[in-house]
Amino acid sequence: MRGADAILRSLEAEGVEVMFGIPGGAIMPTYDAMARGTTVRHVLARHEQGAGHMAEGYARASGRVGVAIATSGPGATNLVTPIADAWMDSTPLVCITGQVRSTLIGTDAFQECDITGVTLPIVKHSWLVQDARDIPAVMKAAFHVARTGRCGPVLVDVPRDVQEAELDFAWPEAVDLPGWKPPRKVHPLQIRQAGEVLAKAEKPILYVGGGTLNADACDELLALAEAGDLPVVTTLMGKSAFPESHRLFMGWPGMHGPKWSNIAMNTCDVLVAVGARFDDRVTGKLSAFAPGATVVHLDIDAAEISKLRDADIPVVGPLRQALAALTQEVVRHRAEGAPPPAEWVRRIVELREAHPLAYGSEGDLIKPQALMETLQELTAGTDVVFTTGVGQHQMWAMQYLLPDRPRTFITSGGLGTMGYGIPAAIGAKAARPEATVVCIDGDGCFQMTAQELTTAAVEELPIVVVLVNNGYLGMVTQWQDMFFDGRRSHVHLDEAMPDYAKLAEAMGGVGMVVTKREDVRDALEQALALDRTVVVDVRVDPSEHCFPMIPAGAAALDMIEYADTLAKPETLKKAEAL
Amino acid sequence: VKHTISVQVEDKPGALTRITSMFARRGFNIDSLAVGPTERPGISRITLRVDCAEHTLEQIEKQIHKLVNVLRVTELVPGESVERELMVLKVSVTPERRAELIASVEAFRGRVLDIGPEAVVVELTGTPEELDAFHELCRPHGIGELVRTGRVGMARASARASGHRLAAIN
Repeated sequence: MRGADAILRSLEAEGVEVMFGIPGGAIMPTYDAMARGTTVRHVLARHEQGAGHMAEGYARASGRVGVAIATSGPGATNLVTPIADAWMDSTPLVCITGQVRSTLIGTDAFQECDITGVTLPIVKHSWLVQDARDIPAVMKAAFHVARTGRCGPVLVDVPRDVQEAELDFAWPEAVDLPGWKPPRKVHPLQIRQAGEVLAKAEKPILYVGGGTLNADACDELLALAEAGDLPVVTTLMGKSAFPESHRLFMGWPGMHGPKWSNIAMNTCDVLVAVGARFDDRVTGKLSAFAPGATVVHLDIDAAEISKLRDADIPVVGPLRQALAALTQEVVRHRAEGAPPPAEWVRRIVELREAHPLAYGSEGDLIKPQALMETLQELTAGTDVVFTTGVGQHQMWAMQYLLPDRPRTFITSGGLGTMGYGIPAAIGAKAARPEATVVCIDGDGCFQMTAQELTTAAVEELPIVVVLVNNGYLGMVTQWQDMFFDGRRSHVHLDEAMPDYAKLAEAMGGVGMVVTKREDVRDALEQALALDRTVVVDVRVDPSEHCFPMIPAGAAALDMIEYADTLAKPETLKKAEAL
Repeated sequence: VKHTISVQVEDKPGALTRITSMFARRGFNIDSLAVGPTERPGISRITLRVDCAEHTLEQIEKQIHKLVNVLRVTELVPGESVERELMVLKVSVTPERRAELIASVEAFRGRVLDIGPEAVVVELTGTPEELDAFHELCRPHGIGELVRTGRVGMARASARASGHRLAAIN
């Protein structure tokens, strides 16, 4: 068979259900092979960036490897943003790109781009296939590397003549990667130490990151928390790893996390990081972060240990194993009389009651936070998957949507990719057709990837887009107001232009506009019930900013709350001082 | 503090670039770098000299170790390893002072590779510190050109077979 067929047979052998892509010159032999037949569904995106984010959304919703496919040159460079996004958020992704003929490589041929070179710093590994006979082994290795150890993106670049060359296809039984040896077990001594410290802590916190979801270790996490009565905070990437209606759930730490979560995390005596990486958006000023805490760090990636915060007890290895073993230790210590931290849990709950998330009620305009609260009410207990763009709406979604099941809150955390929400939602819908998929988007984000609404309509992957439309690049506006003396520079978008509802209709969806508070609930209910691609353009109060907020570089406990902003000069002074 | 790291990699396209790119993107500096084949076909050894704190060294080793083509990362600890470097330099020297220079070369167990009317090309192998000393010695003559390979090394024959491997990664 030809190289192109070998690519498809490899995807089939890997059990791939769906790939997201766009054809073009250098990948045409592989698309021709698709036309001859494959069991893998192909979703035709409208822009390769969309295809890449769809593959990411698919991966995050399903726990499987996402697959994106594109042509050489511009097709491949359009995949760079999703690859960088997957790199930062450890999303398992296999990107297949066509390349110009081997004989033309290096000649500045039409649509030539050294994509393995361009993506070198943002992939776990990449291959430029030079011989069609290597395709099966390379494809097998690509999937293996993407999903083992710390998950992430890989790239397979295949010159056109390699796709056309003949080979005898044989699917290899094993991968041949002598240098790739992710840890397979955890060290029992480290677990014993961690268990003792954790069980005897007076003020423990489990600080849960996205690694927990990638490791499919959410059941083990729940078991540990319950066995030890241990309060849990989840990062933006860890959100949905722990049921948010659970009595031990204590919110989300970091820049826009509530006060109680940040106090709990920063005043704890034992901090157990579970697949989390001490990102600056979580820690604030690192030297002031959780100063009194003994740090236990559980991670599959040894390089994360002590990268930013020194770990007192590192545990490197698969999180399911680590959490299960840690649970056994904690259970044993509890049975031997180490008391659960009941007083500590009570104190965090008191803090939560004393410092609730707050926003203004003045004026007639729809408050974006109220919109999120209504959406939460309407979707609670249903099979729903949320995706978001990046900005204020994303932070409100984090604060007010309370998922209870793993892999139901999908967002761009590390790279902060505006425009992630719509294509990620389409990918999530492909992974979870039975679920309602809701993208909470901002008007700025929407305009970056809105063309994919057509994909949703044509490919029958219906999604609900709740557009938190304030007419501004909201988060930039908020920073200009708080840290640049209110000088607003190129942030106004105009809430009515484009006409988002008409745009939705033009792209095969349903468009709705909501301008009144009393219409929000009905509109959302209708949209959720339609089973079509819907854009609900909700015109929200542009004066609302997202609080609490830890200014960049400030200590986590120096956060600005909504109440502080009521005395405006005070807030500005506080912001200026930083 | 200077450290020497020895990395065994599969001899695959881009293997070296992946390592140097990782240094660049994470803000680590490389003082010197030498690459060459090893006793095993298909496997190359890269010897890297870095100037960094212990904490950074650990990060560097762990980040290198994550690269798919990397088979092994060891630190060549001073005292437990031998290190050598090759230097070739063109020294300006008049015929009258040539004998003096050649005597110095012999004292350093170097070799004269070529002699011209106004310059001599000299080869010297030794520890990087010896090369530095010879370089200083030749400076008054005037150095036309100089090239060094960057240091290479391995654990001493008497050292533990495994060499000095980082506990966290191996």
